[in-house]
Amino acid sequence: MITLLQIISEAAISEGYDIKTSELHGLSQRGGSVEVHIRFGEKIYSPMVEKGKADLILGLEEQEILNGLYFANPKTKFLVNQFIIPIPLRKPLSGAGIFAQVKKISGDITVIPAEKICQEKLGNSVVSGTYLVSFAASKNLIPLKPASIRDAIKKMIPENYLELNLKAFKLASDSEAMK
Amino acid sequence: MGNEAIVRGALEAGVNFVSTYPGTPASEIGNIFYKIASKAGVYFEFSTNEKVALEASIGASFSNLKTLVAMKNFGLNVALDALFPFVYTGSKGPTVIIIADDPSCHSSAQSEENSRGILLAAHIPVLEPSDPQECKDFVKLGYQISEKFKIPVVIRTTTRVAHQKAPVVLSKILNPGLKSKKAEFVKNKNQFVTLPPRVLEMKKEMLGKIEKIREISEKSNINQIFGGGKSKIGIITSGISYLNVMEALDGFGISLPVLKLGFFNPLPERKIKAFIKPLKKVLMAEELEPFLENEVERLAKETNCKLEIFGKNLIPEVGETKPEYITSAIAKITGKKYNLKSTATNAESIKRLPQLCPGCPYWLVVSAIKKAVDVKDVIFGGEIGCYMLFGNAPVDLQDYLSCMGSSVGIAHGIKKATGQKLITFVGDSSFFHAGIPPLVNAVVNKSNPLIIILNNETTAMTGHQPHPVSDVNSGINLENIVRACGVKYVKTIDQINQAGFISLIKEFLEKDEVSVIIAKHPCKFVLPKSKNAKTK
Repeated sequence: MITLLQIISEAAISEGYDIKTSELHGLSQRGGSVEVHIRFGEKIYSPMVEKGKADLILGLEEQEILNGLYFANPKTKFLVNQFIIPIPLRKPLSGAGIFAQVKKISGDITVIPAEKICQEKLGNSVVSGTYLVSFAASKNLIPLKPASIRDAIKKMIPENYLELNLKAFKLASDSEAMK
Repeated sequence: MGNEAIVRGALEAGVNFVSTYPGTPASEIGNIFYKIASKAGVYFEFSTNEKVALEASIGASFSNLKTLVAMKNFGLNVALDALFPFVYTGSKGPTVIIIADDPSCHSSAQSEENSRGILLAAHIPVLEPSDPQECKDFVKLGYQISEKFKIPVVIRTTTRVAHQKAPVVLSKILNPGLKSKKAEFVKNKNQFVTLPPRVLEMKKEMLGKIEKIREISEKSNINQIFGGGKSKIGIITSGISYLNVMEALDGFGISLPVLKLGFFNPLPERKIKAFIKPLKKVLMAEELEPFLENEVERLAKETNCKLEIFGKNLIPEVGETKPEYITSAIAKITGKKYNLKSTATNAESIKRLPQLCPGCPYWLVVSAIKKAVDVKDVIFGGEIGCYMLFGNAPVDLQDYLSCMGSSVGIAHGIKKATGQKLITFVGDSSFFHAGIPPLVNAVVNKSNPLIIILNNETTAMTGHQPHPVSDVNSGINLENIVRACGVKYVKTIDQINQAGFISLIKEFLEKDEVSVIIAKHPCKFVLPKSKNAKTK
């Protein structure tokens, strides 16, 4: 998640936008939720997204989308990784149930099995986040040029993981959107 | 990131000496210095606790070095005993202290502490940045004030400032190099010795300094008025709330006069009075407790007693001040429409409570305890560290939880009061932080809790910083220290030996004196080569 923030930030800066971000990651390694906010535009004051003011909500996990609903409005786009990390002591919510909740607010939801695609085609699902961001840029879910995302990946990803990430970028850019 | 900008600011100011104890949201400051210190020519240490960290820097400052200390809000509580007299003696080498608060307790237990009140009581100058650029600039300004007035200066951040990322304009690093700077402690009883009756003179001198710094505060452009024209409605704000105010005004497409306070102490009282004098209404866009609001109320009595002051009646005192709270408060005082379209208030939200990591050696402690005792019959004490996650289901082994070091102190009190069976957990880093005095106390005053010291060879919760026994060559032996505190029943065991661990718990729980089990197994993230680079 923090890497995605860096990639999007770097791409936005390279396109001349003002940008501020905020991240909460105190206990992520121990299975807590991670939430980052990214805001870019001509002039940005706050690093925090206001309630109901998100343009894109990107979920790396399906159930987490429910936490994102706080920031959604009828025009908000959703991009979700088809992937569930179970929460201890509770039955995972079904994808359909989650998406029904989302659709009460916004119908613009794209679900991508990024985890599965990256595992099958690249042999490593660790780049599913990169895949999703690249997908978002190539399908205009995020107003940044795919080339800026690619350059940002080159700049931000350590060399031993770079090739894999660039492959994920290419794979996402070439893919068809599924609604 | 705000914390990175703080490090950069200190380097640009030519810092010589840095000490800290890790605590989120301030942890990155120490982590970065830990990495770069030797290359940057800066002395750096992870001290055993925040008080010791502050004392180390006080000593370095007395010896004329430029120093930086960083800690989270609860660390300030620990360091307070050393801080108050330091404001009296003043600094010699310029000193900046970073205090990071965590509104909404994103990475804190124990309380939602607003350090501003404590810092006021200490009389120390406090600057509050809003974004990373200001983090860097205010650290440098802090050093200038400290240098000129020989007084330590606090930079107070919050999670949303410390963990905020934004572009920052860099300046040159002033690299004095520790070696090139001549450090010397020159005896000066008049400054460094806080014995009465001199201490009261010192207080007077210190208050005099604050009044002089107030003049700086009056003129400083970090206390700045933005926009407004002839509007009779104004806003006073600081820190992260300032950014949300500007964003909200932008959203409404209106301009109101906004006084942004970069100084929390001393406040520019004349500037505030001049600002509120022509106003009919003022909104105090202030996070947590209303310290500024109370001050403005006081100043309004002198200068504009008809002023309507809005603050905590519109913005909650609990939890961080979210952007929508400020937008809705501005809407209310200006009569603008603010309809929150959306949002799924009835949607099921999910809570993902943190758990011990898969493969954490503490799981073996949990399983042994559940086999060794009937958990209904035993009280379980806890405090701050990964093991506080024992409090979450399904482990549920935490019957009280407070600050670092407290698990043993409170255990002693419960044992004295009741004699009920009690097992309490202390981390290795917490034991050295504040766990030794209560252990000695329990021995001397004769109670018999079973204390399990969880030695995973690192300060895991805050990001795996080293501590006194994480390096086998440190010369410190945990078991010997426990023994030297007068504990007869002490044993170190690797909890991988479950049978041995279970029988040891059963045996020690029956002792009529303090007993200590040191459960020694490294955190899986400090095992060699277990650190996998993550790209997620």
